[in-house]
Amino acid sequence: MEAIEEKLRAYIAENILFSGNGYPYPDETSFLDNGIVDSMNIMEIVLFAEKAFGITIRDQEIVRANFDSVANLSDFVRKKLSGNGAAEPH
Amino acid sequence: MNPRLVQDLLHHSADTRPDSLALICDGQRLTYAEIERRANALAHALLARGIGRGDRVVLHLPNSVELVVGIFGVLKAGAAFVVVNVTTKPDKLAYILRNCQARALLTTPRGAELSRAHLPDLRWVMAVPSAVAPGPDVLSYQELLAGSVAERPPQVNIDLDLACLIYTSGSTGEPKGVMSDHSNVVFAVQSITSYLENTPDDVVIDVLPLSFDYGLYQLLMVFSFGGTLVLEKGFTFPAEILARMEKERVTGLPGVPTLYSMLLGMDLAPYDLSSLRYLTNTAAALPPAHILRLRDKFPGARLYSMYGLTETKRTLYLPVDQLDRRPDSVGIAIPGTEVWVEDELGHRLGPGEVGELVVRGRHVMRGYWGDAEATARRFRPGPLPGERLCYTGDLFRMDEDGYFYFVGRRDDMIKSRGEKVSPKEIENVLYRLEGVLEAAVVGVPDPVLGQAIKAFVVVNGAGLTTADVLRHCRAHLEDLMVPSAVEFCDTLPKTASGKIRRVELA
Repeated sequence: MEAIEEKLRAYIAENILFSGNGYPYPDETSFLDNGIVDSMNIMEIVLFAEKAFGITIRDQEIVRANFDSVANLSDFVRKKLSGNGAAEPH
Repeated sequence: MNPRLVQDLLHHSADTRPDSLALICDGQRLTYAEIERRANALAHALLARGIGRGDRVVLHLPNSVELVVGIFGVLKAGAAFVVVNVTTKPDKLAYILRNCQARALLTTPRGAELSRAHLPDLRWVMAVPSAVAPGPDVLSYQELLAGSVAERPPQVNIDLDLACLIYTSGSTGEPKGVMSDHSNVVFAVQSITSYLENTPDDVVIDVLPLSFDYGLYQLLMVFSFGGTLVLEKGFTFPAEILARMEKERVTGLPGVPTLYSMLLGMDLAPYDLSSLRYLTNTAAALPPAHILRLRDKFPGARLYSMYGLTETKRTLYLPVDQLDRRPDSVGIAIPGTEVWVEDELGHRLGPGEVGELVVRGRHVMRGYWGDAEATARRFRPGPLPGERLCYTGDLFRMDEDGYFYFVGRRDDMIKSRGEKVSPKEIENVLYRLEGVLEAAVVGVPDPVLGQAIKAFVVVNGAGLTTADVLRHCRAHLEDLMVPSAVEFCDTLPKTASGKIRRVELA
């Protein structure tokens, strides 16, 4: 199950933080309160998550409760994967 | 009501409708009486520490109850407030604090830590919200307010006193503080609320940062007519905004093209937005196709196309009955003001001719803090002695019926997400990265952002990558100034005198 967290951390580190040494925060750290990602980055993360995990994310699901930390985003992806049997991670 | 000072807008509503809902923010619901009480307590706390008439107090906070209380608390102490975007990095925050010679800073615990390191001589730093002082010389909010009384302090200002500084990105690369006196702000608030026909029943949702004049004035306007402000931290999550609009029966949505283009991409059917009475757009033009689609999506709401710059707050608005006839116009001067188009020799131009838009009225602000030269360029004498006109630097034309159309900018400023961005400011940051020999920044058309920021750089052999450049930018620039693309070049186009020609890169 850690695979989801790992993919997200790696994506954010490489593509948003441009960090050479991985994702430097605990998984529970709020993206927005700590300026880790900005509002435009959220859309990038949505597109990444759809592609990387083979899920379809509806507009109504793009809310802070699902997209404000590695931890809550991973939970959300897991829920999507289990709720939708057809969707499998790539 | 005859308000003279900005805080009178709150006083009037607190006196006449103390129990009305004034602010919904972060799950809190505050009445006018409650905001009045908290702002009075903050004012007394500031006064007790020697802050008063003529001082500047910087508020480096996210959209929050504390920021709203901070604005009115500072004014009630007789001082001027300066809201700085919470994503502003320490070096720029330090520049602003020094530039305006701030007496005090209200910031987050993290901001307090960072600014202490940069500004050892700043007298007061207050961390909000925090029960414990995050460091020496830093007061926690609780300590600050301890023992403070909630009575309204006596007024000490007249309407020519400074009410606020609003920092905007300047063409030289250094941010400039636009000085507004109380009369400028009160006048602009009254003019704008008159054409929007606001009433105490209005519930306005504000998703724009209060560091941006368009966001700030929503607060001031709502408090002037005694309505309710729903204050959000941004529009990162449009679905949450839409749900809040439905729940709070929002009547007014002030937006920028980026927000509207996000909303147009969404299915709005799940939301009951029938309470919505008006939408406003400013900061950049809405494409006519978006205007048509917005009217389809929000059939019950009026759409106001507007134009302005911080130096005059709002300048033009298109009366809603003209939208079908002139969808690409941004209208006429706001009530009580006048505008015209001038050529470079100062001649007024007639219909169809393109020239610089010039603005006359009490909303023309007082100039730039500590920058007489830039002030003299932008604010020039008017027809009566002692009068100031604002030369906007924007090119416009007028039609036969007197409606105005934006043609272009005279300078290189970029408009991204509706806010003005100086290419020079970003270039200055790029030059500070070791290995960058030359840098140029331009705006490129973007369907969501309006303009996206693109950086062209010439580097030495040190092997800088796009990631290196962007990481550096993120560390030193506000979110909205970080380039979305970087291109490495061997050389940049230059003029005969060696100046980089941005225009050839755009």
